[in-house]
Formats: sequence, C-alpha cells, structure tokens
Amino acid sequence: MIAHLLRSLLQGILVILAVGLIAFSMFRFVGDPIASLAGQESTDADRAELTERLGLNDPFPVQFGRFLAHAASGDFGISYRQARPVADLLAERLPATLELAVLSALFAFVVGIALGVYAAINRRGVIANGVMVLSLIGVSLPTFLIGIGLIYLFAVELRWLPSFGRGDVVHIGWWTTGLLTDTGRKSLVLPVLTLGFFQLTLIMRLVRAEMLETMRTDYVRFARARGIPERRIQFRHALRNTMVPVVTIVGLQLGSVIAFAIVTETVFQWPGLGALFVNAVQFVDIPVMAAYLMFVAFVFAAVNFLTDFVYLLIDPRLRH
Amino acid sequence: MTEPLLSIRELRVEFPTRRGILTAVDGVSFDIAPGEVLGVVGESGAGKSLTGAAIIGLLDPPGRIAGGEVLLKGQRIDNLPPEGLRRIRGKRIGMVFQDPLTSLNPLFRIGEQLIETIQLHTGMNAAQARDRAIALLVDVGIPAAERRIDAYPYQFSGGMRQRVVLALALAADPELIIADEPTTALDVSVQAQIIALMKRLCREHNVAIMLITHDMGVIAETADRVAVMYAGRIAEIGPVRDVIGRAHHPYTQGLMGSIPTLTATAERLTQIPGSMPRLTDIPTGCAFNPRCPHVFDRCRVERPELLPAERTLAACWLYAADRRATA
Ligand SMILES: Nc1ncnc2c1ncn2[C@@H]1O[C@H](COP(=O)(O)OP(=O)(O)O)[C@@H](O)[C@H]1O
Ligand code: SF4
Ligand SMILES: [Mg+2]
Repeated sequence: MIAHLLRSLLQGILVILAVGLIAFSMFRFVGDPIASLAGQESTDADRAELTERLGLNDPFPVQFGRFLAHAASGDFGISYRQARPVADLLAERLPATLELAVLSALFAFVVGIALGVYAAINRRGVIANGVMVLSLIGVSLPTFLIGIGLIYLFAVELRWLPSFGRGDVVHIGWWTTGLLTDTGRKSLVLPVLTLGFFQLTLIMRLVRAEMLETMRTDYVRFARARGIPERRIQFRHALRNTMVPVVTIVGLQLGSVIAFAIVTETVFQWPGLGALFVNAVQFVDIPVMAAYLMFVAFVFAAVNFLTDFVYLLIDPRLRH
Repeated sequence: MTEPLLSIRELRVEFPTRRGILTAVDGVSFDIAPGEVLGVVGESGAGKSLTGAAIIGLLDPPGRIAGGEVLLKGQRIDNLPPEGLRRIRGKRIGMVFQDPLTSLNPLFRIGEQLIETIQLHTGMNAAQARDRAIALLVDVGIPAAERRIDAYPYQFSGGMRQRVVLALALAADPELIIADEPTTALDVSVQAQIIALMKRLCREHNVAIMLITHDMGVIAETADRVAVMYAGRIAEIGPVRDVIGRAHHPYTQGLMGSIPTLTATAERLTQIPGSMPRLTDIPTGCAFNPRCPHVFDRCRVERPELLPAERTLAACWLYAADRRATA
C-alpha cells in the first residue's frame, strides 16, 4: 500500500520534472531573455552584467536546479510584459480558474455518474437511449462550439445569462469568488456547462459501459441467486465495482479540465489562468508560460496521486 | 412417497433468435424429495445449467420459460412475479455456481456478504447475523472463522472460497440447493473435500441438492438419484446405482461405457460416434437417433416418453410396452 502510493508520488515528481525541463528550456531557446529585460538602450556591458547577474553563464544543470528551486518556493521570476512577479499574476488568476474547474469537474462527475448508471439500468429505455445519442454529440463536438452555441442560445437569444466575464466577485483574503453574488453565479453557469460537458459525456459513457459489464459478472449473478433485491445489487454491489476502473480514468480526465479551461476561458473571456496563458503566448512572455506549464503539471500530478489514493480506498485487493 | 420438495413438469426453455426459436430445454420433468441429492449429468450444452437457472428464475434474457411448471412443495413458483421469486431465492432455494473465484464480490468482506444475506432473509439484527455468519463459516470448515469473517475474498484460496459460497447458500436455511458444477473449477484434491462437505451439510441441514455436473465420479459418490440429460431432454432417470450400473437408455449405456474409472467425465464421450446435435438441428423423434446403435423406424418419427425400464425411467422406444412384450 505504502509502496503503491510512493510509486504514484514518484511518478508525479517525474512528470513535474519533465515539464519543468520543457518550461526551463523555453527560456533558453525561445526568445532572448536579456533582450526582453534589458530594453533597447542598454549597452553591451549592461547586457553582459545582466547575463552574469541572472546566472545565464552557469552550466545548464546548475541553471535548471536553480529554476526548480525557485519554482518550488513559488518564485517564477518577473513577467516580461507586465513587469510584475509571475507568482502575483498567477495568484490573481488562480481563483477564477479553480472555481471554474472544480465546479465543472463536480458537475461532470455527479451528473456523468448519475446518467451513466441510469443509462445502464434502463438499457432499453427511450430516455436512456436518447441520452446516449446526445452524449455522442458531447464527445464529438469541440468545446468552443458548445460554448458558442450556449452563448447564442442563453445569452443572445434568451438573454438569461451573461456571455463573458465573472460578474461581481467578493474578496476573501487574497481569494476572489463569484459564488457569493448573483451576477457571479450567473456568470459561472455557461462556462461550467461548456467546460464540464465533454467530461460529463465521457464519464457517463464509461460508467454505463463498466456498469453493464459488472452486471454480467458471476458475483452479481450469485447476489441475485441469494435473493438480494435488484436495486441493492445495482447500487451496492455493482456500482462499487464499476467505480474501480471509472475512478482511474475520471481522475485523469478531471486533471485535464484545467488544461481544457484554456479554450473555455478564451470563449467566455474568463479572467483565469488559461486566458493569462493565451495572452502570454501572444507576447512570448516566457516566465508566465513556464509558470503556467508548471502549474498544470502540478495539478495533473496531484490529481493523479489523489486518484490512486481513492483507488486504494475502494479496492481492498490493492491495500495490503 | 412423501410430497416432493421440488417438482418440475414438462419444463421448456426457449431462446428467440433471428433464425427462429431455439428450444434449449424441452419437456423436462423430475422430482426432488426433501433431503435428497439428485445428480444431473450430461455433456456440455445438454441444458443442465438452463434447467437450474429456470427453476429459480435466473434465466438471462432473451431466454425464457416457454412451458411447463415448477412447483415448490406443491406451489407453483415459475409464474410468480419477480419480487415473489426473489424472496424464494436464497431463502428457500440456494444456488452455488461453478467458479468460486468469481462468485464473491471482490470489494466486500465475506462477513458483509454473509450478514447481508442473513439479515435479508431472517430479520436478525446485525449482532445476531454476525454470530450466525461465524457459525456458518465454522460449519463449512473455515478455520479461525471469527477472524476470517473480516477478510476479503482475495485472501482465500479457491477451495476456501467455495466453502464461503456454500455458507452463503446456506445462510437462510434453504430447503434446496442448486449446485451448478460446484467442483469443476477446483483442484482434484480440493474437489473431494467440497463434495464430502456438501454431503455432510445436506445430511445435517436436511437440505436437498440438485447437483449439476459432468463428473460421474462425483455423482456416484454423492447422488441418491441421477437424471441424464441429452439435447435439452432427460434421457434416463433413476437411482444412482441403477443408472451407473444397469443403464437402459443407449445413450446412458454409452456414457457409462466410456468411463472405465470414476474420475472420467461425461465431457469426453468416446464410446458413441458423433456428437450431441446443435439446438438448430435436433432430429425429429428421439434426439439420440442418429447416434443410436439400436435405432429403428419409430425412433425417427415419434419422440419417446420416459418409460419404465426396471428401476429407472428411460426415454427410449426399446422399453415401449408392445416392444417389451415381443423382445
Ligand atoms: N443466450 C443464449 N442464446 C442461445 N442459446 C443459448 C443461450 N444460452 C445457452 N444457450 C444454449 O442452450 C444450451 C444449453 O445450455 P446449458 O444449460 O448451459 O448447458 P449445460 O449446462 O448442460 O452445459 C446450449 O446449447 C447453449 O448453446
Ligand atoms: S428411442 Fe430409438 S433412437 Fe432413441 S435411444 Fe431408444 S432405440 Fe435409440
Ligand atoms: Mg452448464
């Protein structure tokens, strides 16, 4: 059990290191940090001095180690474009993205599992089959199209919901939340639906398939032979077994919600990390891009670790 | 004779398919007396499992009971609504399947599965049910039952798991257990133990067993009576000694002739050329007629009823009254 978690932790660390290497390489191979920082009127001497001060003359491993050490302490340098600490920029944008991602994940998870179980139990039902057909759309339609479609329907035609921004937010310490105001909550609806829809359909189809598979197993048959009521078999015996494979894949999917948020944030002009990243790419703001990549890698690793942990809780066979 | 515990009358199980209706169990009738062990043998595909599943209403759709009756202590149970049948399953008729490795839910402690079943059928509280669960585990020979009750299935060997499965089948003191190849998936050495255990449980709990197997050795050792199935029908039925020692149906004779030792199985039927027909082309008349060494005209047109042949009943025209008179 400990070994299992350690392995998972190690994998996470490797992922972060690998992404860290990519992020760090960008500094060296994309653009010229000295040119970006020193400005037009700098002399060669200024540049040489700056190069030395930034440690750019040190061997590669030393520079990489320094980069990682700084990153670990939350120091990602100064934004080329905004001339402010990247950490501050991230902290400003983090609440918007996390709120969006967590709500989307929750929405996808809860509704996805509920619909998946429903579709499996009522395999031949009209509603279940309708839901399955709809889910095909969700799987095949690009996120931005869904977003634009939702905007057209609910913001342009019906005028029920805003089409961009976070609405009014409330500050709680350094955190900002849209959940406490009316406009904030309304603003969340469309982005959350958009971001969660793809995951939802994926989770739903997966849960349905796994549940149907589980309902054909010998132990479900044996549970029936013992006279266990069908509902109890479905929701106690089968659902738990269904969750074993589902948790793994869902865990990976939820990690990618953060990555998918880029598109959704762009469509809805959501002031989150994704939008920050897109901006940074436009202006080749390497420190911001690097920090964002590191952040995504960290989220992936963390979610992955959490997934393995939940896996252990569900399946006793892995626990000893 | 006392009233039979279970009575099957002309049971028919069908599968609607694209190419018409397949009749997998065709007019099967037999009784099981209280406390009796009825062995059911036959080649793979003869319809043994379907007969067992039909009795407790566990046919997988599109399979369905298309005719006949199933009576438990004289009361029909085949036409009960699903909820009525569910109440009988586990409570009055238990079932044991072939593979103990997959019969238990891997994510629940065996105690949880036992207590769930006990509480469901007896209305005991949790503490009483746990005591009973431990007693059952002791009864089926699980060592250190008080401790092992909290173990997960993967922590048991195959033989031990089949013991747990038996404990589960016995949880609510059923009158009948349908055991579908309960030892086939086990090591030979473990098979004997499980069979001995079943015999003892049957005696001590006065539970009848419908023992489905293709292992004649198991039958010889355990059963009181035997039903031999062929192509969805009963070929011969009678006391175990007579069916094994003095079979009358040509198919049974071939079956017995092909087993020089008690450990051989009916799966390998070398004595009789040919093989059991597929459901799509069961011959008219006697289903065995293309392979039968004694076939005559009547066999090809008219299907034989179970006819008395000494102490057994054989579905064979050789034992028709007119023929016996002339033979
Ligand atoms: N779902 C199904 N559809 C069509 N035929 C089936 C189905 N299930 C079982 N059968 C057929 O019914 C026959 C009897 O099966 P079964 O009772 O499992 O045999 P046994 O247990 O004696 O080996 C077999 O020929 C099998 O092919
Ligand atoms: S009825 Fe005819 S074909 Fe069938 S077993 Fe008897 S003799 Fe053979
Ligand atoms: Mg079978």
